[in-house]
Amino acid sequence: MALAKRIIPCLDVDQGRVVKGVNFVGIRDAGDPVEIARRYNEEGADEITFLDITASHEERDTTVHTVEQIAREVFIPLTVGGGVRSLQDIRTMLNAGADKVSINTAAIHEPELVCDAAARFGSQCIVVAIDVKRVSAPDDAPRYELFTHGGRKPTGIEAVEWATKMAALGAGELLLTSMDRDGTRDGFELVVTRAITDAVDIPVIASGGVGTLQHLADGVTEGGADAVLAASIFHFGEYRVGEAKAFMADQGITMRL
Amino acid sequence: MTQRVAVIDYGMGNLHSVASALEHVGATEVVVSHEPQAILDAERVVFPGVGGIRDCMEAIRRLGCDQLLDQVLNVDRKPVLAICVGMQALMSHSEENGGVACLDVLPGQVAFFGEAHQCDDGERLKVPHMGWNAVRPAKYHPLWRGIEPDTRFYFVHSYHVVPDNQAVIAGTFDYGLTGCAALAQGNLFATQFHPEKSHTAGLTLLKNFLDWDGTCS
Repeated sequence: MALAKRIIPCLDVDQGRVVKGVNFVGIRDAGDPVEIARRYNEEGADEITFLDITASHEERDTTVHTVEQIAREVFIPLTVGGGVRSLQDIRTMLNAGADKVSINTAAIHEPELVCDAAARFGSQCIVVAIDVKRVSAPDDAPRYELFTHGGRKPTGIEAVEWATKMAALGAGELLLTSMDRDGTRDGFELVVTRAITDAVDIPVIASGGVGTLQHLADGVTEGGADAVLAASIFHFGEYRVGEAKAFMADQGITMRL
Repeated sequence: MTQRVAVIDYGMGNLHSVASALEHVGATEVVVSHEPQAILDAERVVFPGVGGIRDCMEAIRRLGCDQLLDQVLNVDRKPVLAICVGMQALMSHSEENGGVACLDVLPGQVAFFGEAHQCDDGERLKVPHMGWNAVRPAKYHPLWRGIEPDTRFYFVHSYHVVPDNQAVIAGTFDYGLTGCAALAQGNLFATQFHPEKSHTAGLTLLKNFLDWDGTCS
């Protein structure tokens, strides 16, 4: 029997409030993170991801406090990311109640951090977030590269190669976000999702672009993802997590119902 | 019944979620500690674990948690729940970190899932075994009360336990092999999965642990 595919609602948190923008602009307030996390826990979410999108040092205490509150009430795995730059940052989040910590830009500047973190805390709690954009022309063979700064800054690093390297360094999971799709509601970027899931032996979470329940199912069946992450379709009550799971199960996907 | 629970803290990882979950299901007091008195004063004891087995075993021995556990299990005969690496630490030996001697409370091995781990149908299985898998009780036990066969629990591990005595297996999971999801012997119950992260099913098991008198009937 296979593992159930996971649905992971994502809380993008700015200064203690859940927000969601379209392509990282047009930010819309979606409410209190603790209340929202509690609701997803009750609705049957398989995990929750908390991304601190301000990640400035002044706000760090607010984030730690919010993570502590969520961890006290939510009895499913909790991943925390945003502004994680050092082993100390990882330890702080794990002590606050995170089960996994997501490393993004710091992994690009300092890949050894992934290796050191996996050795210190175990691969199971080290997630590497990979933000990609398609850089090839529409008619050319698809090529995706990593971008930082919310998709504004190119790095020249090829996505599949990077994913393979992160897995080899000890990442326990990859959180793959298409910056082209994020906030568009056009569905996951399935080509790069499939390329990465085929290339690595660790679980891959697909993220960026979910607008319908069919998109979630496609992430698993076509993209090969182990888990699918979405924010806005759940935040504003458009769909319930339970409804999404039932929809995916109807398509023959193994789910925890 | 008072529900004073000690969670043995040997400094590996965050134990607040175990403590919060126990409080959530009705524990009146949860102490997270390695102080002998705090543990000996509790009615029941949780032995958790996260991280590499070598560091865990080193910390367990350095802090004297091995002797405390022996006292609680075999002399005081309190109900004990071991979780994840806590369960693995109870076996004789682990393959992790190049081979580490463990507590030998339950004779048996802790084995790696293996590279290129596969299902019978050839589907590639990722390691760590991370996510929600179905658990099948192997025998009646008070801790399974209210939990249907094949209920999913949250697992995250790369090594699995293989006890010498099959009779101690309390539950199994399938992941390219039939693995031990839970072990039970007398006043000891151990789970490879994380009940504190397994939502309703996990909370039910923790509630059952609080209600358990430490016998198997």
